[in-house]
Amino acid sequence: MKVLERLMQKARTKSIGLFHMNTGSCNGCDIEMVTTLSPRYDVEQLGIHLEGSPRHADILCITGPVTRNTLEAVKQVYAQVCEPKAVVALGSCPASCNVFAGSPVIAGPLSKHIPVDVYVPGCPPHPDAIIEGIARAAAILAERGADKQAEEAVQQ
Amino acid sequence: MNISALIALFVFPGLLFAIPAGWLCVWAEHKAVARMQRRIGPPVLQPFWDFVKLVGKHTPARAGFEANLLRLYPALSVLSLLGALAMLPVFPANGQGFSGDGILMVALLEVPSICFILAGFTSGSLFGEVGAVREAVLSVANNLVFLLAMVTLAVTQSTFRMTELAGARLNPGHWIAVIGILLCIPAKLRLNPFSTSSAEQEIYAGPLTEYAGAALGLWQMAHGLEWLALTGLVATLLMPLGLPWWAAAVLFIAISAAEVLLLSVVSAATARLTLERSINFYWRWAAVLAVLAIASTVCMRFHA
Repeated sequence: MKVLERLMQKARTKSIGLFHMNTGSCNGCDIEMVTTLSPRYDVEQLGIHLEGSPRHADILCITGPVTRNTLEAVKQVYAQVCEPKAVVALGSCPASCNVFAGSPVIAGPLSKHIPVDVYVPGCPPHPDAIIEGIARAAAILAERGADKQAEEAVQQ
Repeated sequence: MNISALIALFVFPGLLFAIPAGWLCVWAEHKAVARMQRRIGPPVLQPFWDFVKLVGKHTPARAGFEANLLRLYPALSVLSLLGALAMLPVFPANGQGFSGDGILMVALLEVPSICFILAGFTSGSLFGEVGAVREAVLSVANNLVFLLAMVTLAVTQSTFRMTELAGARLNPGHWIAVIGILLCIPAKLRLNPFSTSSAEQEIYAGPLTEYAGAALGLWQMAHGLEWLALTGLVATLLMPLGLPWWAAAVLFIAISAAEVLLLSVVSAATARLTLERSINFYWRWAAVLAVLAIASTVCMRFHA
């Protein structure tokens, strides 16, 4: 069983499906996110790929300060990603609402509504920083998956 | 019990060979596209890691009978493709198969496409339904050419037995039919330029949008097996006869690999066509080729 668990843990760091969500961002971080996925940075060699459906994803990448309009969508999409999952907050907006802080249309920061695992600071962050953030989130996700399996084994 | 049939089903070109080879096909496609974009591309084990990761995901339970149906479709696809692979006459001299196994193989090759369509409708997702309709239309479009090509092969040899179909060489109709089958493969594998049914960034993942975890992993496995079965079919039709078994196996793998490369390059170099243009391609242009093949073959039979 130990070997299978280790294999699973390794697979979780080697195959990472991303779901990208914009919660009212100015598009700066989204442009950097798209740049990260471009041939220049070639994230496919690390096993990172963008998924169209949150059901297929492991890591949720969120940009923007979470406007009131998008709040329900964020919660819904977070629920749709299957366990084990991790959340990466891209840029300063989801972390602190940035220049939008105090606005009546902002429901952020993101951590008020869903648990955030990794913050990638910057306005916008550099693609290299985004890749590092995703890699850290993948490591957290692998640990979390292993913990969950151990928990279930104890319960059974 | 026929030992060679069991070996074909479980060892080569069946289960034991097919699953890793199918993953290798998927990897080769991604790698070829990456190299064309001057990237390094995914490691060889990427499809394996994807599968293991998906098996380890906790999928939400779905209520009702459709939950069972959604689990059944990918499993059925994998099983029918393994059956189709076992019928490939890689070693025609063995005399494996039975009369009419070509018809069964064509039917088994069609099962994944039907399951894909049903999965789209059963999932209840709007994107799934759009993808399923597109797949259904595309399937009708490319199957006209595919079935005409298979019938041409059957007419040249007066049989539907796969080992004898692989034996025809001197007839020009045979070669035109092989080109016809090759033209249908991108649509059957949902590759560019005929990728409307699983168009990412447009209808998310098409019929697979609602899938997650192990069932999604099985779909990916079925896709790899589909690669192998279709390229393998063309490979057996192109292979020279009378080779020793090891040379036949090596040549089978080499021709399949060359086809995978060709299809990947075409897929990387082309953009997605609309559904209407895809149908136009098959019914207006490829159908001409298929009709030419069957007409010339029938004429030659009367002449002889």
